[in-house]
Amino acid sequence: MTDDLGQLYQEVILEHSKAPRNYRKPESANREAEGYNPLCGDRCTVFLDVEGDAIKDIGFQGSGCAISRASASMMTQSVKGKTKAEAARLFEEFHRLVTGDEKAIASAQDLGKLAVFAGVSKFPARVKCATLAWHTLQSALENKHEPVSTEE
Amino acid sequence: MSTAAYRTGLGPAALDVERIRRDFPILDQTIHGKKLVYLDNAATSQKPRAVIDAIVRYYEHYNSNVHRGVHTLSMRATEAHDEARETVRRFIQAADASEIIFVRGATEAVNLVAQTYGRANVGEGDEVLITAMEHHSNIVPWQILCQEKHARLRVVPINDAGELDLEAFEKLLSPRTRIVAVAHVSNALGTVNPLRKIIQLAHAHDVPVLVDGAQAVPHMAVDVQALGCDFYAFSGHKIYGPTGIGVLYGKEEVLAEMPPYQGGGDMIRSVTFEKTTYNVVPYMFEAGTPDIAGAIGLGVALEYVMGLGIDRVAAHGQDLLAYATEKVGAIDGVRLIGTAQHRAGVLSFVLDNVHPHDLGTILDREGIAIRTGHHCAQPVMDRFGIPATARASFAVYNTKEEIDALVDGIRKAHEVFA
Repeated sequence: MTDDLGQLYQEVILEHSKAPRNYRKPESANREAEGYNPLCGDRCTVFLDVEGDAIKDIGFQGSGCAISRASASMMTQSVKGKTKAEAARLFEEFHRLVTGDEKAIASAQDLGKLAVFAGVSKFPARVKCATLAWHTLQSALENKHEPVSTEE
Repeated sequence: MSTAAYRTGLGPAALDVERIRRDFPILDQTIHGKKLVYLDNAATSQKPRAVIDAIVRYYEHYNSNVHRGVHTLSMRATEAHDEARETVRRFIQAADASEIIFVRGATEAVNLVAQTYGRANVGEGDEVLITAMEHHSNIVPWQILCQEKHARLRVVPINDAGELDLEAFEKLLSPRTRIVAVAHVSNALGTVNPLRKIIQLAHAHDVPVLVDGAQAVPHMAVDVQALGCDFYAFSGHKIYGPTGIGVLYGKEEVLAEMPPYQGGGDMIRSVTFEKTTYNVVPYMFEAGTPDIAGAIGLGVALEYVMGLGIDRVAAHGQDLLAYATEKVGAIDGVRLIGTAQHRAGVLSFVLDNVHPHDLGTILDREGIAIRTGHHCAQPVMDRFGIPATARASFAVYNTKEEIDALVDGIRKAHEVFA
């Protein structure tokens, strides 16, 4: 595998893509949103149990490539228990990381496990795979009823 | 590698692929340090030097507007544009060059027919008949028309191999059917449709047939008169020509009855604020300054294919497809999508445990370009219960060695995700 590919398909990412966490609809879910990437047909539904400002539980379902599944899986782990504002900030940082913002890459450790997605920045065609779940989460938090698309 | 290698099993008439490859300057490069293997020809093909040179020559030496000036350059440009139309006529064996309308591509050709013939002939309660294997460009223009006219879009199903259900087709042809629109070759499955049978059945019900030939013309000889189709559409860029130019063939008697498409210059005979009279076909359907360089480039591309010999081009494509089907099909975990008895040009497949996008990324790092996704044929993906496929598609410059490289790349992807 070339170095770039190794950076993209890190062991953690492969492992999450094969066995995604929180791949379910929580019984307590009170919000959900659908995400869709019309360019490739990837779909993602994010379910939330939101109480006040807190994300008490989160799950997702859908179909997509390894990057989009792993990203969705790890996203659910990192935002569970966070406030809405904290989740939004995390998405902002994550987005900057995968689009190759140097400052974001330098401070990637703040993103915890999500830092493994830094390799995506070398593959611009795959940024949307990595951010589909996050866009969908944002839509669920904003309680939008229209499916969110990566092309908006 | 020796030329003889390509000729094995094909006899002395086979294409000299090594020589052909030298005609396509873009092929001589590396991607991520690997020799470029371009297998995305169904999306767009590469252009031979002759086409690139013809476009440069036009802009450097006789760029001028057509049908307008009495000056020398305008006459030269007009002559070259007319010649290109005649080349297209010869290529698809149309009876007359006036049956060749230049458009932006197959998409615009279908839209033109839907918006002119369709709007004039499809009314409330009428039906438009398409198939389950159509590209979005042969679905959406008809949906727009049906919505406007309160007509019904009916869809002929396909079987698990990706072949058209002819029995169902016959049953769906009704007294309300106003037009049949069908792909010659499916872009997502490679299926070659039994056009003669389809056209014969439709005509027996007095229903005209539009054929989307975008994926067919690069791979087989097309004779629109022998087929008997009423319309035939294709794009230039998939057959070694430039982007932005395509062709709509229409039977003279059908075109003669059609209302105009876009209004503007060149499509008129005379204009006053009270009344406009229209130009003759094909100009009536070509409002505005056309893509002159594009048409000239397309003419040269078709000459190039005819120079190679369309039968030899077809045989080469079949040889590559058979080889790829065997080699890719033999890889553990590969499922071919589209296993029709008659196929051309494309090999669509999915892999256990590897999503097509991940495969596409891994192959790209090996210098191999394929298409991954729904191929603008989402109903086909739904039919097979998959979100996407990987698609390798072939051209005159592809070799069996390149298919071997694809097979190695697929195995590598399997290792990554093992």
